[in-house]
Amino acid sequence: MKQWIWRFAARDTRGNRARLALFVASMVLGVAALVSINSFGDNLRAAIDEEAKTLLGADLSIESGNPFNERTEAVIDSLGGTQSRRTSFASMAYFPRTGDSRLVTVRGNEPGFPFYGAVETDPPEAAENYLQNGGALIDGTLMQQFGVAVGDSMRIGSVSYKVEGRLLQTPRESAAVMLFSPRVYVPLGRVDSALLAVGSRADYEVYFLFEDNRDADAAIDPLRAELREYRVGADTIEEERENWDEALTNLYRFLGLVGFTALLLGSLGVASSISVYVRQRVQTIAVLRVYGASIGSTVWVYVLQATAMGLFGAALGSGVGIGIQTIIPRILADFLPVDVAFSISWGAVLMGSGIGLGVTLLFALLPLLSLRNVSPLSALRSNVESSARQRGFGWWLTVAVIGLGTTGFAVAQAPTLGMGVGYAVGIFVVFMALAATARLLMWALVRRPPKGVSYTVKQGIANLHRPNNQTLTMMLALGLGTFLVTTMLISEHTLVNQITFAGAGESPNLIFYDIQPDQVEPVKATIVQEGLPIMSEVPIVTMRIHAVKGRTVESLREDSTARATWAHRREYRSTFRDQLTDSETLVAGEFQGTFDGSGPVPISIEQDVATELEVVEGDEVIWDIQGIRLASVVTSIREVDWRRMQTNFFVVFPDGSLDRAPAQYVMMTRTDNEEASAAVQSAIVRSQPNVSSIDISLVLGVFDAIFSRIAFVARFMALFSILTGLIVLAGAVLISRFQRIEESVLLKTLGASRSTVLRIMSVEYLVLGVVASLTGIVLALAAGWSISIFVFDSTLSIPAMQILYIMATVVGLTVLIGHLNSRGVYDRSALEVLRSEV
Amino acid sequence: MFDSNQEVLKVRGLTKTYRSGSRPLTVLDDVGFTIMGGDTCAIVGPSGSGKTTLLGLCAGLDSPSAGSVTLCSHPLGSLTEDERAEVRNEHVGFVFQSFRLIPTLTAIENVMVPAELQGRYDVREEAATLLRDVGLGDRYDHFPSQLSGGEQQRVALARAFINKPDILFADEPTGNLDAETGEHVVELLFKLNEDAGTTLVLVTHDLDLANMTNRVIRLRGGRIVSDAPGSRSGGFAAESLTENVAGV
Repeated sequence: MKQWIWRFAARDTRGNRARLALFVASMVLGVAALVSINSFGDNLRAAIDEEAKTLLGADLSIESGNPFNERTEAVIDSLGGTQSRRTSFASMAYFPRTGDSRLVTVRGNEPGFPFYGAVETDPPEAAENYLQNGGALIDGTLMQQFGVAVGDSMRIGSVSYKVEGRLLQTPRESAAVMLFSPRVYVPLGRVDSALLAVGSRADYEVYFLFEDNRDADAAIDPLRAELREYRVGADTIEEERENWDEALTNLYRFLGLVGFTALLLGSLGVASSISVYVRQRVQTIAVLRVYGASIGSTVWVYVLQATAMGLFGAALGSGVGIGIQTIIPRILADFLPVDVAFSISWGAVLMGSGIGLGVTLLFALLPLLSLRNVSPLSALRSNVESSARQRGFGWWLTVAVIGLGTTGFAVAQAPTLGMGVGYAVGIFVVFMALAATARLLMWALVRRPPKGVSYTVKQGIANLHRPNNQTLTMMLALGLGTFLVTTMLISEHTLVNQITFAGAGESPNLIFYDIQPDQVEPVKATIVQEGLPIMSEVPIVTMRIHAVKGRTVESLREDSTARATWAHRREYRSTFRDQLTDSETLVAGEFQGTFDGSGPVPISIEQDVATELEVVEGDEVIWDIQGIRLASVVTSIREVDWRRMQTNFFVVFPDGSLDRAPAQYVMMTRTDNEEASAAVQSAIVRSQPNVSSIDISLVLGVFDAIFSRIAFVARFMALFSILTGLIVLAGAVLISRFQRIEESVLLKTLGASRSTVLRIMSVEYLVLGVVASLTGIVLALAAGWSISIFVFDSTLSIPAMQILYIMATVVGLTVLIGHLNSRGVYDRSALEVLRSEV
Repeated sequence: MFDSNQEVLKVRGLTKTYRSGSRPLTVLDDVGFTIMGGDTCAIVGPSGSGKTTLLGLCAGLDSPSAGSVTLCSHPLGSLTEDERAEVRNEHVGFVFQSFRLIPTLTAIENVMVPAELQGRYDVREEAATLLRDVGLGDRYDHFPSQLSGGEQQRVALARAFINKPDILFADEPTGNLDAETGEHVVELLFKLNEDAGTTLVLVTHDLDLANMTNRVIRLRGGRIVSDAPGSRSGGFAAESLTENVAGV
């Protein structure tokens, strides 16, 4: 490249560096988002690799939803090594001192586990003491919730434990999961065996430590097929590492994708500022062309400037990104299984800066390519049409590269191909819709300018379509920001509303389950004694499918050409009754509520399960009910509204068909306040310790806590886009500042007062803010509707007041930023302005 | 440098047609003339007569619809845009009505631009001499916005001569200046031109300026209506020029 190009590129930035800094500012946050997330991702992967053993806590684990059978026990014996067993189940914990009770996940542990890593407790010695003393460790949030102190007594089932300490951190548990169901650790030998009776749900695990350093994968792989037959799973360190790696990679990649939106938006800011910058350089370029500069040289001058600014922006963005990286582990703390140490990932820095620079250059090229069309004749006549707006092959090629690059990056970054393509298409649609609205607005204002309005309104609106206007850029910046915030708000509202609705009104809000047949009457009596209604009493029978349409599930699983789905393999918890509930709608056949004992039992199947099992009315399904085969025929198919907080079932049998099968019962009631809820739960847990309960209001609270954590992470990433939008907005206002000064001086010369000039600007920004935020909101409603239908399977819920607040904020910010960046415009002297040459 | 026996600029059958809406608009119609080395020539005519278009075509800034231009022995019609730019860089100097200094460069850097485009970077002293010659020895490092109109045009003059051009095109060089400043700039223009032996082609409305050349080409409606010696060569009457410029 000629030396001249370098020299001129450097000299020509004089007096324009502030303008070029705008273009740097637009991309800084986008690069920062990518660098911080990807650098954190690399740290996370390294931490997982390093801590892989503590993720599982052992060399191998074997687990099942049922007690191990003899054959499995033989396999376990044959594996040898040091073993430690654990049994986990949900049960009610009762605190006699306060009289409180709460559904918890109980983990009955044997000494030994975890073999790698440690159970961290407060006090530290409690980790050993609870096993030796037969006490318990309790999750910190539970202790806080019920004011439980170390040394207090706690009862699970009919066994009492002394609280030895607070559980801080343990392998295989994350804070987010513990929110759903707090953990309680007790010695396995002291678990109330009644809680593990036949039909109770529990997970049985054996952990292995191989002191001989044998390859756990090699040891277990030959046994997997046989274990699978008994529905026993096995997990090794490598698998655990891969699982975590995959899950967390998906998480941070998804967050990276959100960050990429900021970069795309910033790039539009780049394209916009370069576009104006280039328009202001037309005369300079024409003079250079007159004096012999080639077309290529003049384009290179500005490509070089863009590259330099891009590099500077990438470096600055990387610096900011590294700073932000330090706070990401705190933001994601509840979702991480390991502590992530901070270190700069130069690969991520290089990638973030490279992508930032690449995207910036591509977007800068769009206006820069038009420089090729600048005619040297422009130096003679400033009104020469330099055909700077012509879009040649190069322009379209750049657009194609941007489109393909964005899609490629999105696909590479997204957890799934569909999500990547969906993201690219979504972003394209949103950008296009905003751009089209801006163009339509300008077109409409030119074609039909408002009539019968004041001079200031007319002028303010006319500013939106005057030459060198920034309407398109501001529309994109404001519209995208509004879109992101509103979409998140609508999604959150829809989800919360769905759950709140489910627990609202006169529907049950307290559920008791795991009630044995002989406990039905005592539980019922206790509920009534507490002055509460029995709203539902539902029997549940646990079963599996033996055969569908004449083929056993076993044979389906062995046949690689046949389809054996989750619906074939799962354990069903079915009920029997003589009518449909209000959450069920018949979609095919006829519901038969009674069974006279002759022929196969007529059953009703939920439509998704029917689809998975490929059954229709008249098809035969044979069930295995704890060893007993029961033939049934599908007589009806139902649609179930799973959102309703009540007992819903995949399969409903008729009355008279399962009367003698081993059943457990679920009972539902409704309480009006927390005290009544706590009182009845305590009363039942005292008299029937194995019966568990779920308080829907507590579930809603937990859900809210989890969702607000997820929403916080999403908002944090969206913040990059919103801040970038504000920077682009400020940039767009600053870019058009000189033109505003010229107009202002002209108006001032013609007698306009300061307030007239300010009113004109206010009208312009007000209209822009209103149109952009409205467009963003309409797009967000469309996106929210899609999310509610396709993701949440729910109806759209619109938080109208909050959306109005968002709109008011966006409009207010637009007017404020517009005025802040235009301050002093009126004060410039006419002479100073007229002498300036830009 | 071209001498008086050599053709510096040869124009034949030059026609330029634009589209104005749906109909064609002929701005120049079959224009032809030849300018020899060392000549000074003024192109005059009323507004819209095609003067500036002709200047642009002669300098290869635009392409004709028909006809040919040979500039310093280079047939411009057969050259690409970049090749025409090279010809300009090697042979042509330019002075514009509105100075066209690059606002981000200092006075001396503006003067150095054409030389640097040639790959000559060690020209600071040469540029300084030229600026001293135009009376701006103390304004090297001033930016255009810090200079008056007359000073800016003098920087433009220095810039036009840095590459020792064979031909200098000037488009209304005094058009944006007051009479006194304009007079001073014209004096400088002719002095520098004479010292360098450069051929001068200028477009002007200024009668006095046109009379200072030794040849005046009058345009009207895109055609040459007269091509006569200027008063400098003793043959052109100011009255007829007035008539021509006013378009009556």
